[in-house]
Amino acid sequence: MNQTATAQTEISTQAAGGIRLHGLAKSYRGPQGPIRAVRGIDVSIAAGETVALLGPNGAGKSTTIDMLLGLSEPDGGTVSVFGRPPRESVDAGLVGAMLQTGGLIRDLSVRELVAMMASLYPNPMGVDEALEVTGLKAIAGQRTHKLSGGQTQRVRFALAIVCNPELLVLDEPTVALDVEGRREFWSIMREFAARGKTVLFATHYLEEADANADRAILMAHGRIVADGPTTEIKARVGRRTLRATLPDIDPSRLAGLPGVASAERHGDAVILSCVDSDQSIRALLTQYPAAKDIEIAGGSLEEAFLELTGEPDADEPELVAR
Amino acid sequence: MNGIAYTRFELLRTFRNRRFLLFALGFPLVFFWLIAAPQHNKIISGTGLTYATYYMVSLASFGTMMSMISTGARIAGERQTGWTRQLRISPLSVRAYFRAKVLTGYGMALSSLLVLYISGSLLGVSLPAGRWLGMTGLIMIGLLPFAALGVLVGHLVNTDSVGPLMGGLVSILAFLSGTWFAITSGFLHAFGQFLPSWWLVQARNVALDGHAWSARGWITVAAWTAILTAGAAWAYRRDTAKV
Repeated sequence: MNQTATAQTEISTQAAGGIRLHGLAKSYRGPQGPIRAVRGIDVSIAAGETVALLGPNGAGKSTTIDMLLGLSEPDGGTVSVFGRPPRESVDAGLVGAMLQTGGLIRDLSVRELVAMMASLYPNPMGVDEALEVTGLKAIAGQRTHKLSGGQTQRVRFALAIVCNPELLVLDEPTVALDVEGRREFWSIMREFAARGKTVLFATHYLEEADANADRAILMAHGRIVADGPTTEIKARVGRRTLRATLPDIDPSRLAGLPGVASAERHGDAVILSCVDSDQSIRALLTQYPAAKDIEIAGGSLEEAFLELTGEPDADEPELVAR
Repeated sequence: MNGIAYTRFELLRTFRNRRFLLFALGFPLVFFWLIAAPQHNKIISGTGLTYATYYMVSLASFGTMMSMISTGARIAGERQTGWTRQLRISPLSVRAYFRAKVLTGYGMALSSLLVLYISGSLLGVSLPAGRWLGMTGLIMIGLLPFAALGVLVGHLVNTDSVGPLMGGLVSILAFLSGTWFAITSGFLHAFGQFLPSWWLVQARNVALDGHAWSARGWITVAAWTAILTAGAAWAYRRDTAKV
């Protein structure tokens, strides 16, 4: 957060205007008729912000990113990147991106590949600097087809930042990585963001959004269902479900326990939706020692989103069926 | 922006690729020596050319066709890995991308040609400088349809089928165009003249009198270039419309 405050002062005039998506919509032809991947979203991101685009698979994150980068044309609405259409910002070298899928071309060394990418841009950072930032110095001479998964992702990251972009877009950059690889990746990303860059990354992990972004935009079924500081979002969707066998107790009494947001009964079982499950379980066991078969599960983002979106859409029969 | 550096890296990649070295350079070279070396000074009847001259140009046409069409394999590979999408979010224009690909194809073709010229010279092919240049020029022009064909194939086929397709196509074209044996009359002779590869092989006649293509040759090559370029543009648009 405070990174952003200091960064704001360093933002170049080129980046003025930030990112604006207005009424953005996109449909695809699917096997069972059109799929409305993005259904009219409005987003405004100030220069220098680090924003997570959070949502389950199929939420419309990648489709949104494709339109933001000018890879696909919206059916409706407009995209403006630093006050211009995406293609112009890309041509001006203001945008770097790591797409969700994408391999590296072979028969070049890491350094050569990064240099090749740098050669396409008007004002790239030095190849050495890009290798330094991404921790690739030690393997700069290796051929690109002989790298590990983590190394490949770091090279892809280097390719995205070597143009020295004002906006960096990352579409689920850590999906293929192990825990250590993730930690490393995000620390490199944060270092780059601290230079006053605008960063937008898509993820379906709440923890990644929480740890690496100032703000999270939640998408589900092509719509934005929440948009705010990550702390706030986490409080809203970070609920856990506590399930216990506990007959003959009125759920409304359980709903009053500390940390519990709501409670309901299913036969002998009670299901508590908890904001703070640690507090809730202590209180539950103290006050109702008869409770047994206790399970605590992290609420999936999907569930949290459904809760936030409220009524399922009329034109989404598969949700009604669930 | 700077397509020159991009082209340079493309060339570098290509010459590090073993498969290319094998098929576009090694294969024609081996066949040239196998076929032409034992009787290199003998004249092949009906052509007025020695074995060395005849097979030098024939196998050069094979190697250079392979070089140009293999652009398709590289494009197909880059589409499949998602590299094409990565390039589309860079300032590199579509035009510069294809220019680099075609120039790389020509770079490969020239090296294939050079290797065979050297081998030919070693087996007694001796031409005035002007004829070497004239022959090279005709081959370069004759490769234009294949440059377009490479782009077309690259956007039409996936990486699994691009290899067999290229191999099969080039083999058939080579057979019908007189690469392996002289076709001087009959149906094959009449039919072959409709193929762009026929005129590529005909570039060998520069060695005889400095003149190789009739008006028909020029028209055939121009027509194929136009048709295949239109096809390549269509395939590219169809491919990128899918995102």
